[in-house]
Amino acid sequence: MTMQPDRRERWLRIIAPACVGVVVLALWQALVVVYRVPVYLVPSPLVVARTLVSDRVLLFHALASTLGVALAALAVAIVAGVGAALLFAQSRWIETSLFPYAILLQVTPIVSIAPLIIIWVHDLWVALVLCAVVVAIFPVISNTTLGLRSADPGLADLFRIAGASRWQTLWRLRVPGALPYFFGGLRIASGLALIGAVVAEFVAGTGGASAGLAYQILLAGMQLDIPRMFAALVLIAAAGVALFAVTSVLAHAALARWHESELPRER
Amino acid sequence: MTGSAAGSTLIELSGIAKTWPNGIGALTGIDLDIRRGEFLTLVGPSGCGKSTLLKLIAGLTRPTQGRVIARGGPPRIGFVFQAPTLMPWARVSANVRLPLDLARMPRAHADARVADALARVGLVAFAGSLPRELSGGMQMRVSIARALVTEPDLLLMDEPFGALDEFTRQRMDGELLALWSAQRLTVVFVTHSIQEAVFLSTRVAAMAARPGRIVDAWEIDEPCPRTDAFRLSPAFAAHAQRLSLRVAEAGGSELDRAIAR
Repeated sequence: MTMQPDRRERWLRIIAPACVGVVVLALWQALVVVYRVPVYLVPSPLVVARTLVSDRVLLFHALASTLGVALAALAVAIVAGVGAALLFAQSRWIETSLFPYAILLQVTPIVSIAPLIIIWVHDLWVALVLCAVVVAIFPVISNTTLGLRSADPGLADLFRIAGASRWQTLWRLRVPGALPYFFGGLRIASGLALIGAVVAEFVAGTGGASAGLAYQILLAGMQLDIPRMFAALVLIAAAGVALFAVTSVLAHAALARWHESELPRER
Repeated sequence: MTGSAAGSTLIELSGIAKTWPNGIGALTGIDLDIRRGEFLTLVGPSGCGKSTLLKLIAGLTRPTQGRVIARGGPPRIGFVFQAPTLMPWARVSANVRLPLDLARMPRAHADARVADALARVGLVAFAGSLPRELSGGMQMRVSIARALVTEPDLLLMDEPFGALDEFTRQRMDGELLALWSAQRLTVVFVTHSIQEAVFLSTRVAAMAARPGRIVDAWEIDEPCPRTDAFRLSPAFAAHAQRLSLRVAEAGGSELDRAIAR
């Protein structure tokens, strides 16, 4: 059978990792069955899958709650992060004065600030979002600032010769040039927003209507319901992959026409 | 326009010196008139400040000493860099339209100018292409069309064909000369190629490095348009020899190597 090389490569990129996954799951299942590992230590993949189905109402409700926090945080991180980057790009003075505080935000572990945020902010959902924003915003700020600064110097000269205004240079040169950097930051931020949401839920430890996946994991741990713990973990991982995929699709849509990172490799 | 007759001074450089903040002298004692309608080429080895001189003329950098005087008001300047320097995200037409967009020219008017500029460089069929879809020579032509679209009083070109292969470069030289004579452009061209300088110019200025200075300048008083026959003529050889001697005299063995290319 003859196949176009690039099509074959695309299939390979799906099939190869899928095969690894199947082999690992099969091995896991076999080891658990053969050695009769108790379900409260390591549940088999089939048990986890069964739990996903049987506890679906509870788990998917929690997933929706966690994803809601992560997505809201990501949206805020994008708006505020890009805003900060645009501000930093206006002058070296502003950047030099404020950038260290952005780094401070980045290096302070979220588990240590989360309790404070949860005390200060009355609305718990807002507090959770805020925690996730603190975790997710730095790559957006840092990458976008770098991108805005990385305009082709020759093109920048051309804009000066043409007497371009500050706004024109920003909008027509710096912003389009910063897009690849921004999407690089967004990709990292999407994962971090989810991590931030989960960590914040752990710290808050809240149940009730807004109970997220982290709370389900905590609760399942206390009840020694290990299969449910695994099921919640699977959902968190799946949510992370889905977020990453969405940002990749967005990046591809925005850059596929012109940027090297999204162009098919020529041979 | 006043004082626009061919041969009148467009820009006058007097007593120019440029020192970088780290104390290194880039240029010294530059006195040069750029005359309307001429094709002036600055020739010299790397580091002789020819690109800096071009940036001074364009107003992109200021001299440490001396003055750049524009006779009859600031000229409209077209600048062509060594690299095509196109916006990779914009189509050819949008790239060429850029200077007009920045000047807020109405779209319909601008589009007519863009079509005209693309016609001049023979790229009408590629208006909708992206830069990455074009060859290096074609990208350079887009860059030239973008410089021409404002109908500049002065076209500054910084080794525009330096990155192209010899055959493409010679063809581009020919096309540039045709444009220059058809549009009555004023061009200041920078190159380190003696042959290119003699072939293109109505006047050449030989430069030397450390510190950058003009060691000699003279007219290449040969008929235009120039043909490939000119490249083989004794007059061409004589000018090329003079130019290479002037540059070599001013420098050391290091320069000889640069010239030998």
